[in-house]
Amino acid sequence: MIVTLLFMLVLAAVAGWWLLKHGLGSRPWLETDPAGPLPGPEPSLLPEAKLGLGVFLTVAAALLAMLVSSYLMRMDMEDWRPLPWPRLLWFNTGVLVLSSVALHGAVAAARREEMAGLRRGLLAGGAGAAVFLVGQLLAWRQLSAAGYRLSTNPADAFFYLVTAVHGLHVLGGLVALGRTVARLPDGRVTQRLRLSVELCATYWHFLLLAWLVLFALLAFSPSFLWLYEICTAPLR
Amino acid sequence: MSGMAPGADQAIPPAETAEVELYHPHSWLTKYVFSQDAKVIGIQYSLTAIAIGMVALVLSWLMRLQLGFPGTFSFIDANTYYQFITMHGMIMVVYLLTALFLGGFGNYLIPLMVGARDMVFPYVNMLSYWIYLLAVLVLVASFFVPGGPTGAGWTLYPPQAILSGTPGQEWGIILMLLSLALFIIGFTMGGLNYAVTVLQARARGMTLMRMPLTVWGIFTATVMALLAFPALFVGAVMMLFDRLLGTSFFMPTLVEMGQQLRYGGGSPILFQHLFWFFGHPEVYIVALPAFGIVSDLISTHARRNIFGYRMMVWAIVIIGALSFVVWAHHMYVSGMHPYFGFFFATTTLIIAIPTAIKVYNWVLTLWRGNIHLTLPMLFALAFIVTFVNGGLTGLFLGNVVVDVPLSDTMFVVAHFHMVMGVAPILVIFGGIYHWYPKITGRMMNEAMGQFHFWVTFLGAYAIFFPMHYLGLLGIPRRYHELGEMSFVPASAHDLNAFISIVALVVGFAQLVFLFNLAWSLRHGRLAGGNPWNATTLEWQTPETPPGHGNWGKELPVVYRWAYDYSVPGAEQDYLPQNHPGPARGTAGTAA
Repeated sequence: MIVTLLFMLVLAAVAGWWLLKHGLGSRPWLETDPAGPLPGPEPSLLPEAKLGLGVFLTVAAALLAMLVSSYLMRMDMEDWRPLPWPRLLWFNTGVLVLSSVALHGAVAAARREEMAGLRRGLLAGGAGAAVFLVGQLLAWRQLSAAGYRLSTNPADAFFYLVTAVHGLHVLGGLVALGRTVARLPDGRVTQRLRLSVELCATYWHFLLLAWLVLFALLAFSPSFLWLYEICTAPLR
Repeated sequence: MSGMAPGADQAIPPAETAEVELYHPHSWLTKYVFSQDAKVIGIQYSLTAIAIGMVALVLSWLMRLQLGFPGTFSFIDANTYYQFITMHGMIMVVYLLTALFLGGFGNYLIPLMVGARDMVFPYVNMLSYWIYLLAVLVLVASFFVPGGPTGAGWTLYPPQAILSGTPGQEWGIILMLLSLALFIIGFTMGGLNYAVTVLQARARGMTLMRMPLTVWGIFTATVMALLAFPALFVGAVMMLFDRLLGTSFFMPTLVEMGQQLRYGGGSPILFQHLFWFFGHPEVYIVALPAFGIVSDLISTHARRNIFGYRMMVWAIVIIGALSFVVWAHHMYVSGMHPYFGFFFATTTLIIAIPTAIKVYNWVLTLWRGNIHLTLPMLFALAFIVTFVNGGLTGLFLGNVVVDVPLSDTMFVVAHFHMVMGVAPILVIFGGIYHWYPKITGRMMNEAMGQFHFWVTFLGAYAIFFPMHYLGLLGIPRRYHELGEMSFVPASAHDLNAFISIVALVVGFAQLVFLFNLAWSLRHGRLAGGNPWNATTLEWQTPETPPGHGNWGKELPVVYRWAYDYSVPGAEQDYLPQNHPGPARGTAGTAA
């Protein structure tokens, strides 16, 4: 649970800093001067939807932190037998990076109000994510063909579970992206469209980051087991 | 306000909201059933939670019948007893308390108390309720499937939860896990709304430190729930995989009836970590809204500003943060490294400090206050007593050496029922008696309310106080029948029978409460807009019950904190938050 605790610690630090910045030290019982300036809610220029997405991503990150923690705890036990991960994952990772870059381009195009660039970016991003999902399914097939099935070994089960959770999030992102693309035929870059594109891009970057962490964990953690052992040595 | 960033007023929302921005229902169906209005959703959440809570009440009756009069009732055997325990615990903790505080009170009160027209994502909010209802229906369905509901205990510990021999192994456990997953998805949708609404949709002048403590409690609990429920979600999904797909996340190598099962290599302790990483914050997810609501009830009904408002806010936030680092105190008996035990015992005891600060502040608020013994006040006072009682036994159990012998006895049952069963439920009742006039426009019947209060409060003590003694005697919990045990005196059996009879009586008193809810809807005294002379914004709405959009044409503007009671020099003994004058301490004319 160390990873989860570190994650919570970071969140607590951010929340504490934010609360302090927003007047947690003020004395509200002394603030009743009708003639003085009217204190509004603290300035926050984020649109509600962006904040909502931020909160959702924090929840998703908490979910992943639990998965990572569970994985590390199980890995720490003596009978852990890691599975040979398919090389295809490198290709999938590359595709997901490109997809994220494409959406980044779409945001830039939306800011410049370039309809063609926006359309290209969105479609390329969506196609990249779809290819990523197909690639993940192929990786599953390769693994199960090689005899590493869901029920053979905890390491295998974790591999399927973690990739499935991530894949479902990508799938959800594709739905949101589809709804954004459906707004394109209006022909104009409205405020609302730009917001949708930005939200999609943020979500994509988050999923890319999450995948990089998970990929590193699934593929390379056995080679870093010594580091984990050193960190937890005092508690053994 | 000092310390305001320059240019802050740019972010102040306009006083008038354009009509088009608000969602408008067009038919009876979208107004009362598939409503996107937070007030309707809050009532839907509350009624559903109370309905499923009645099921849990009946289950507790059945359990008590078995414990008080073992062998008398042929339809209760060991299996059904475990099913009753499991469903009672799960329903009460998750489907009643969490749903009622956050989904019910949260939905109804947050927009009104911060001066918003509605939640920021009304459609998602509506989905949240319907998914919650689906979760409840899936849970109820497990009573009717072959094998009945799961009897694994509300903690659902593997491996026994999914092994044969545990009742409900066929379908019950699957539906239970599915229902929990649905609940968490639904809650996350609602939680997004509660958090973002508090952060982004507050009225002009409503700074964070001017929010009523109710909002602080619900807000902090929401943030905690958003972070804690994913642990349960991961645990539930992994156990579903174990049960349905034959994985071994939590299942070690097992031999059953001389045959080796297909499982192997899983870790049951892993589930305990995940479960309690959710389970302990859950206690405070339930307690923090109760803390907040009780602060407002006490301040309003004692006509006195809350003592130490800043400390109260800080205590809420600190309790919320600390509650994430105490979970393993539920696992002392599972065995752990002594350093871990030391760490978790220490953090557990540290939580007592901010909690004690809150109790002192409530008592100091009452000190020399003009105490009105109204129904909400009675429940608030009863909460303080009960919470202190349950909290003190928590200090015992937080220590490893005390916990290990007591952990499997009725002492633990008494402790957690006092601190997170009875105490929050008393606040729920107090809250309902307090806000019912705003929700319906009528007061609840006083005589029925008094009867309900005294039977519930004294009855709850008669039930749970003696249980501590049973626990100290060593009476084990989770046993459906004590049988012949040399250390159990005959008086313990008599006490068990007494507790069971009181439990039946207290249960019937809740029916009086339900009758009162329905009766007062038609026959209650008309309340007017602000029957308690309260300061917070929800009592200042132009209509009672508040209309769609809450505030008529203009949003309220907030000039002061939520606790200006008995201000010297003011005309009335309270100044609503949207009341512009006079400045505190200056004798003058109140506008």
